[in-house]
Amino acid sequence: MTDVTDKSTVSDWATDFDHADPAWAADPYAIWEDLRDRCPVAHSDRYGGVWLPTRHEDVSAVAYDTEHFTSRSVVVSNNRPMIPAPQGIAPPISSDPPFHHGARRLLLPAFSPKAVAALEPRTRAYCEELIDAMGDRTVVDAAVEYAQHIPVRVIAHMLGFPEEDGDIFRGFVKDVLEGVDLPPEERFENFQRLDAYLQAQIQDHLANPRDDLTTFLLNAEMEGEPLDPAHVRGSIVLLLIAGIDTTWSAIGASLWHLAKTPTDRERLVAEPELMPFAMEELLRAYAPVTMARLVKEDVEWRGCPMKQDDWVLLPFPSANRDSDAFEQADEVVIDRKENRHAAFGLGIHRCVGSNLARMELRVALETWLARIPVFELADPDAVTWSHGQVRGPRTLPLRVG
Amino acid sequence: MRVWVDQEKCQGHGRCYALAPELFESDDYGNSHELNDGVVPPGQEEQARLAAANCPELAVIIEEDA
Repeated sequence: MTDVTDKSTVSDWATDFDHADPAWAADPYAIWEDLRDRCPVAHSDRYGGVWLPTRHEDVSAVAYDTEHFTSRSVVVSNNRPMIPAPQGIAPPISSDPPFHHGARRLLLPAFSPKAVAALEPRTRAYCEELIDAMGDRTVVDAAVEYAQHIPVRVIAHMLGFPEEDGDIFRGFVKDVLEGVDLPPEERFENFQRLDAYLQAQIQDHLANPRDDLTTFLLNAEMEGEPLDPAHVRGSIVLLLIAGIDTTWSAIGASLWHLAKTPTDRERLVAEPELMPFAMEELLRAYAPVTMARLVKEDVEWRGCPMKQDDWVLLPFPSANRDSDAFEQADEVVIDRKENRHAAFGLGIHRCVGSNLARMELRVALETWLARIPVFELADPDAVTWSHGQVRGPRTLPLRVG
Repeated sequence: MRVWVDQEKCQGHGRCYALAPELFESDDYGNSHELNDGVVPPGQEEQARLAAANCPELAVIIEEDA
């Protein structure tokens, strides 16, 4: 790992943290562990005011508390979204009860275990194709050449968007999730670009309806009424953004762990029946997603004077490393049998795509291990991690064979 | 032994029907429901305990025989 402390602008993580800081991107676990012990709810004046609960108990309490916290925006940035609750900018992730329930029920059947199982052969074929394309090189980038493509192609297929537009989608993901400390005007321009792309896709689906999620949303009704255009657009944005770098991060982080931990890699190759447990443990230990809420009204919460419209980050990855909730919380126990991890969130906003993400992660790991059972980090210092609320490797050079 | 899913708590994580497909099933929305009125057939006790031990919402309830 390159030395990031020079570039860090944070001196005290309890009072001035920044989740887009290079030190957080490089290794947030030590930061969270320190805060869980001594704080445990940190605060920062950055982004107009952010709170950071770090213990499992506090993270889950906020996740369950829709009375004091709104999901109107779930990505902490320099501007608060204008679109009011309960619908929010990207329903249902940005929606509050009672609107949330109906918006979520519209999407759930497309991500049920049965619907996801039908996508498995296609996903496996993608994975095989990506490994074929690596040829017989001895060093490959598992993030750039493998992990990042898998969820993009699956979600493009589900939405009925051109599968060759993967680079465009990844650009949007970077703009939305990593461009959080850009000046508001620049961030606005990025969103306009995303909006223009979606408009073109929606027009195409209106002119040529087909059997995909975009056409489904255009025709969907809630309580007998068609969805308003902002709802349709917002749900598509959610599926496009949330379905991509999250799973890409989980696949990449899992391969990173196996590359640097030969005992776990060898065991998983020898005992493929361990995969259901190993996968959940890798999701616990390297959960990619930190969510966020906004404070609805001024409230004193666990001794913290929270103000209306303060952000609250929900670091599920920190909750997953809390020793009050998990034994050997800081170790990867590849055959852990009891695992109530919160990688997909808790409460009414449980990740809509969790069945799909799990299928993609399992198929990606199974295919990789079957084809490339022996691999290691080619250069540990060359591994880079994404910034912001979704954490995973963005370059991951592996020596294979 | 009996098992049941607290429908107020279940959020459709799907851990129980993945680990114990003979005891739980998913509906079209991914939410879980116990099969066979929650009666755990002999030999499935371990699966029932696994399902409960992996539910992030603590929604899987086990009743041991008296």
